[in-house]
Order: sequence, then C-alpha cells, then structure tokens
Amino acid sequence: MGGEMQKSKGRVQRSEARGQRADIGDGADTIGQRAEAEQRRIVINQGVLSKNDQLAQGNRALFRSKHLLTLNIVSSPGSGKTAFIERTLTDVKGRLRGGVVVGDLATDNDAQRIARSGAPAIQITTGDTCHLDAEMVAEATAKLDLDALDVLIIENVGNLVCPSSYDLGEDLRIVLLSVTEGEDKPLKYPTMFKTADVVIVNKMDIAGAAGFDRETALSNIHRMVPRAAVFEVSARTGQGMAAWYSFLEQRAAGRM
Amino acid sequence: MHEISVIQSAMEIAVESAKAQGAQQIHRVNMRVGALAGVVPDSLQFAFPIVAKGTIAEGATLEIEFVPAQCHCASCNSDFEPKDFFYACPNCGALTVDLLHGKELELAYLEVS
Repeated sequence: MGGEMQKSKGRVQRSEARGQRADIGDGADTIGQRAEAEQRRIVINQGVLSKNDQLAQGNRALFRSKHLLTLNIVSSPGSGKTAFIERTLTDVKGRLRGGVVVGDLATDNDAQRIARSGAPAIQITTGDTCHLDAEMVAEATAKLDLDALDVLIIENVGNLVCPSSYDLGEDLRIVLLSVTEGEDKPLKYPTMFKTADVVIVNKMDIAGAAGFDRETALSNIHRMVPRAAVFEVSARTGQGMAAWYSFLEQRAAGRM
Repeated sequence: MHEISVIQSAMEIAVESAKAQGAQQIHRVNMRVGALAGVVPDSLQFAFPIVAKGTIAEGATLEIEFVPAQCHCASCNSDFEPKDFFYACPNCGALTVDLLHGKELELAYLEVS
C-alpha cells in the first residue's frame, strides 16, 4: 500500500521530469507485480507466550525435584494477599517451611511484612509490568534455599487480568477475593477465575458490614469454576483458616 | 494491559522466523486470539505498529482471527459453544471448564518478501 503509492508517485515524477516513454511505467508495474508474487507465507503456529511456557515448565520441574508445593496467588489490589500469606506462614510454622516471592510494581513493603512471619521473602519489583512471568520467578527463586522449603508461595502483582496468561510453574493457582469487592467479581473476571484451582473469599469478618451476599457469591464462584476448592476466611481474625491449612498440608504432603 | 508484552513476544518470534528464512520484510502478521486468552484485540492492534517500528515488520498489517470458546461436556460427551461464561451444557445442563478452543494466543503465519 505505502510502497504502491511511492511507486506510482515515482513513475509520475519520472515521466514529468524527463518525459520518458510510457514503457518505463509499464516496467515499474512489472517489478511491482513481481515483488507481489515474491511475497510468500511462513507458517508458524506457535503460542506467542511459548517462551514463557517453556521457562515455566523448567521452573515446575525444578520445584518438583525439590518436593515443593508451589502456589501462585492472584487477586485485585487490596484483597488481602499479603495478610493471607503472612497469617498462613505464621500459623503453619513448625509443620510446613514456607518461602515467598512477592511481586509489586514498586516498594519492598510486602516482602518486609512477610519476613515478620520468619519466612524468607524475596521481593520482585516489576517497574511498570502488570504481572509476574516465569523468568522473573526463576531469578527470584534462585535467591532462596529451595531445599529448606516445603511450600513456595508466589504473590503475584495485584491484578485480575494480565497474570492469567502467564504460567509461572505453579502447582496451584489461588484466586483471592474479599467481601468488599462484590458478589459478581467472578463474573467480571472470567479469564482469571476460570483458571483457579482454589478460591479464597477473604475478610469474612466484615461480611455483614459490607452487605456481602454469601449465597450469590458462592454460587457465582461455583458456576464459574466448578472444580475449585473454596475457602471462606478472615486472614485478620483467623476465621476459617484451619480448613485452608488442612488442605495446604495435605497437598504439601503429596509432594514429599 | 499486557498487550504490549504480548506483541513484543509475537514480534520476537516473527522477526526471528522471517530472518531465518531469509526474508527482508514482513508484510502481514496473522494471529489467532481466543475469547478466553485474556487480551483485547483492539489493544493488540494499538500496540503492533509501536512495537514494529524500526524492525523488518514496520508498516506490516496485523490480522487477528478471533476464536470463540468451545467446550466439551464430559457428562454427555458433546461439544458446545457456551452462550455465557458459565459453560453450562445446553444438552444436559452440566457445568464444565473443559475448553476445546478459546485460549489460543498464537502466531499463525507471516507474509514476507
């Protein structure tokens, strides 16, 4: 298109400037047609994120060889991922050894909070990237002593859209939502909820004040992702966390 | 908004494949994008010329084939196109997450010279 225009313009200019014979123009057409004919198709049929998928498979193989259970925790900003991880690692201490990789656009505040539980935490600051990818996770986990861990928790960047496309090498994808976000959250973010192995409904201690319609929320989660295990908890008060710990310990035992 | 990184990944594969086959210029890039791929086709179109600038794909056209969701119902062993995000089988009503199509995010082919 652009090339075509330039070609015809060039032809007009030449004939105007030098008054050359019309067959020069025909010649240009022939060249143009030949260039068109020389266009050929290269069939690729490759996943655009195949490089990430390969790196993720590498992560998965490494984590499994270390008998680790790996969790990829995703949610909107402010749903309580960090509080949930902090509480979990504090409460399972002595039974499970956890390590954390935490992604944020900026600051290492979350890693500092998680470190208070005594678990090693590596912060990834992604700059302006809205998700973690397998390469970032590989680099961060290289800084952890994986042999000393039973559970590796990856706290993704707060975002329910972009992280859904990136496999990190996890065993379980955990989607967390809180009662203030509305019962229809799973309907608004189908691509993420469809990929969940576990759904955590957090901040149940304020469900009443938030006017949270529990029945509708659970029905929406179930209809969106029927295979997911669902836990209703409060990371702040500890309500409902025991059932989550049994699930976690059972899954971790399966890796040992 | 990870469409820029998606296009960057697609462009890496495209330019590498085109050069490996001795092409000088990429004229057309064809992608297949599923309904559940988690990317917005319009945003891919927006990102494409920005990422293509200065590469052998500069000026190329991005063509996107949209792939609708298609499910498999294990209960009654039938395939169906879901009418909403709840993937309920129209035949027997069972819920499924078994996607046959709809997660595609693929670079299908290039046209080069």
